[in-house]
Amino acid sequence: MADAIQGTTAPVNVSSAWQLTKYGLIGLLFFILLLAALGWITSNSAASTRSSQAVDFATNTVTLALSTEPPQLDSTRATDMVSGMLLGHTMEGLLRYGPNNELIPGMAESWDIHENGGTFHLRQDALWSNGSPVTAHDFVFAWKTALDPDTGSQYAFILFPIKNARGISEGEMDPETLGTKAIDDFTLEVELEQPTAYFLKLLAFPTYYPINESFYLSTDGGYGSEAENLIYNGPFKIVKWVHDASLRLEKNEVYWNRDATKLDAIDYAYILSDANATLNLFATNKIALAGLNSENLERALKNRWRIKQHNDGSVFFLEINHRPDRITANYNLRRALQLVHNPSELVYKVLKLPGNLPGESIFPVWLNGVDGLFRDEYPGPKYIVNEEKAREHLAMALEELGVDELPPLVLLAGDNPVSNKQSEYYQRLWKEKLGIEVKIDKQIFKLRLEKMTTGEFDIVAAGWGPDYHDVMTFGDLFASWNLNNRGRYANEEVDRHVAIAQSSSDPVERMEAMDRVQQLLHDDVAILIQYERGSVYVSDDRVKGVTRRAVGLDPDYTRAYIARDSEG
Amino acid sequence: MIRYVLWRLLQGVITVWFIATVTFFVMHNLPGDPLADDKAVSEKIRENLEAKLGLDKPVVQQYFIYMRNMVGGDFGLSFVHENRRVNEIIRDHFPVSAILGILAIVIAGFGGILWGALTALYRNRWPDIAIILLVILGISVPSFVFATVGQLALVTINNLAGFEVLPVAGWGTVAHMLIPALVLGLGTMAFLTRLMRTSMLEIVSSDFVRTAKAKGVPMAQIFSRHQLRNAVLPVVTVLGPSIAGITTGGFVVENVFGIPGLGRYFVLAVQQNDYGVIMGTTVFYGAFLVLMVILVDILYAVIDPRVRLE
Repeated sequence: MADAIQGTTAPVNVSSAWQLTKYGLIGLLFFILLLAALGWITSNSAASTRSSQAVDFATNTVTLALSTEPPQLDSTRATDMVSGMLLGHTMEGLLRYGPNNELIPGMAESWDIHENGGTFHLRQDALWSNGSPVTAHDFVFAWKTALDPDTGSQYAFILFPIKNARGISEGEMDPETLGTKAIDDFTLEVELEQPTAYFLKLLAFPTYYPINESFYLSTDGGYGSEAENLIYNGPFKIVKWVHDASLRLEKNEVYWNRDATKLDAIDYAYILSDANATLNLFATNKIALAGLNSENLERALKNRWRIKQHNDGSVFFLEINHRPDRITANYNLRRALQLVHNPSELVYKVLKLPGNLPGESIFPVWLNGVDGLFRDEYPGPKYIVNEEKAREHLAMALEELGVDELPPLVLLAGDNPVSNKQSEYYQRLWKEKLGIEVKIDKQIFKLRLEKMTTGEFDIVAAGWGPDYHDVMTFGDLFASWNLNNRGRYANEEVDRHVAIAQSSSDPVERMEAMDRVQQLLHDDVAILIQYERGSVYVSDDRVKGVTRRAVGLDPDYTRAYIARDSEG
Repeated sequence: MIRYVLWRLLQGVITVWFIATVTFFVMHNLPGDPLADDKAVSEKIRENLEAKLGLDKPVVQQYFIYMRNMVGGDFGLSFVHENRRVNEIIRDHFPVSAILGILAIVIAGFGGILWGALTALYRNRWPDIAIILLVILGISVPSFVFATVGQLALVTINNLAGFEVLPVAGWGTVAHMLIPALVLGLGTMAFLTRLMRTSMLEIVSSDFVRTAKAKGVPMAQIFSRHQLRNAVLPVVTVLGPSIAGITTGGFVVENVFGIPGLGRYFVLAVQQNDYGVIMGTTVFYGAFLVLMVILVDILYAVIDPRVRLE
């Protein structure tokens, strides 16, 4: 049809062209008017981005981007990194982590701790941002709320060292029996279920933050959903939160330690999950920090930006399914996989992202031991590749399983470039070295989680990030009763040593128990450790005093300041 | 006319009900557990969460409860953004998507008609060939490529200029809207250009144009009254679904430019099994689409005197 018409090339009618130009101009005018009108509407609404620079000397403000919108900022229910980071800037527990990850006083001025509990003396000058004092009752209320089964807090378990906390969370005990009591407004007494050597370290975690009861009730179920539905007792307060667009923190003028806060404002002016877009903002001096991934690292290198790195604290591993109906329940098969397992190759030849460390133990290198670092004191076992021995174990496994050839192993993994690289590496590795077929089951997060829970996998790529600065944050992960032990690994000896490390107050005994655990997990091939994740980023050098942490709020701007001159 | 509109609205309501029902049951059969998250929780906590969100009841009963609430205008709670009602999410984020969508559709509509008319006017000459080449590019390149390339271009321009010509990301002023709207509208514009060109060329050789010429009507008048007005009809027809496509398809653009629109919620909710948001956004967008199609049909009668709404 069109062909028949296209044959005719009639002379162009100039007056028609004029007519069209006229229409075009009218259209353009209309568009400009529309744009102006919509622009006016939007700039009058809340969802407007201020166009400030990454570092603003005049207002003493640093502008940053958040990777995701916090689902809500109710400290009893927060689970994600972004929420933890924001809560860490705006709230404060009894204790907090200082610049060198040491525990420093927060709401508690001093404390007496003994085997079965402790007494915390709260500072009397601590105020909520609405002017009411922070009292011991606020802690009792927050902890009871987090343990209330109706709250549905995923982090209720972190309160379990407190007497009767577990029973209350499971709905079997009266909340009034919780082992914590406000003796008076400024004295909080805590009774523990059993001696817990790491209890103080838990107190810096968001679930332990206080909540003002009367304010909480005044929000009518909306606590933490908007900036107006929160009050703050930390270094900063949220003055504006536009969902999915921006979040602005300003210095909390009533914070007891306000003199330590140097910045007047932290403006999270963008909420962007796209790593390239975030780097674009950094490139145009709009934000002071941008994370890098394997895709945009190249660009940062080309621009000759100084690439910085830090250990983000998490450990990644291949979790093996130990349910009895799975072939991976066979020790010799697992041992064969272990004998070709080479974390260095994965980190340096496959992932190739600076900052990652080859993994050896479930306990990452930065954890503290008795006097120094745990892994310096207890290096733990190493992976030694031995293909010949691996094949021997595989032969034994085949015999035990009564088959000539293994059915394909199901490797459950995420669906993103980094996961894909890894999965394909293992698929090739096990095929080449052991002749084992691997079926990669790529799933998005929720579906992966469901399959992990129901046990529909042989091996799953998983990871764990620390909640508090003690070996126990990793140590109990493979205890048989831990719900996060998705491979259902069960070993009485591991359980026994975990129990020792939980209840003993002798540091040497605790660390030795944990050393036994890392050895047992290795010998029994409970899991295969892959790597400790490093995070690579670029940041504005004019902003000083930013703490990057493996545990707790990261990146920490609570003591950051803007250097007036750009040297140093 | 009024009877026709009422009849169409009734049809619309039935369509939306159908969409809601199908979505509800498909969603409940989606693999993935809406309550599962990083940390495993105890049985008791899970039971309480299910009770709170109404998931402990049989699906059919849940359906009737949901429908009752929906008729009352309540879309319930978000599962992921606990403490936020789906109504609030739509209220906060739809206006942003709508503004972006309106701009994109205006760019696409006007652009499509103009470029299409231009190519028809200059058929087989260089403006025609150049534009059609661009059109092929516009149709075949997905919007996330345009978004990324567009943003990178902004970075380069801003750095070369030494000041901020247009912001790289964010939302709030006219400057923030321009490039995202253009990127969002580009694909549709290319499609409409082609449609307009074909339809213009068909009309050139129609009887009434020949008659008008024979009667000695000035060329410019034939062009604007006879050709353009008639050729625009098919464009208007596809505009309705395009509006819905653009406002709902803004996910990628919103993601790259950090725009707080509803598109992100619409897409992420499915991945997160956020039942509340899936239902709320689907029903809302469904109703929106139905309304747009009805509006276009009415607009049709205004443009084309041959169409009578009975």
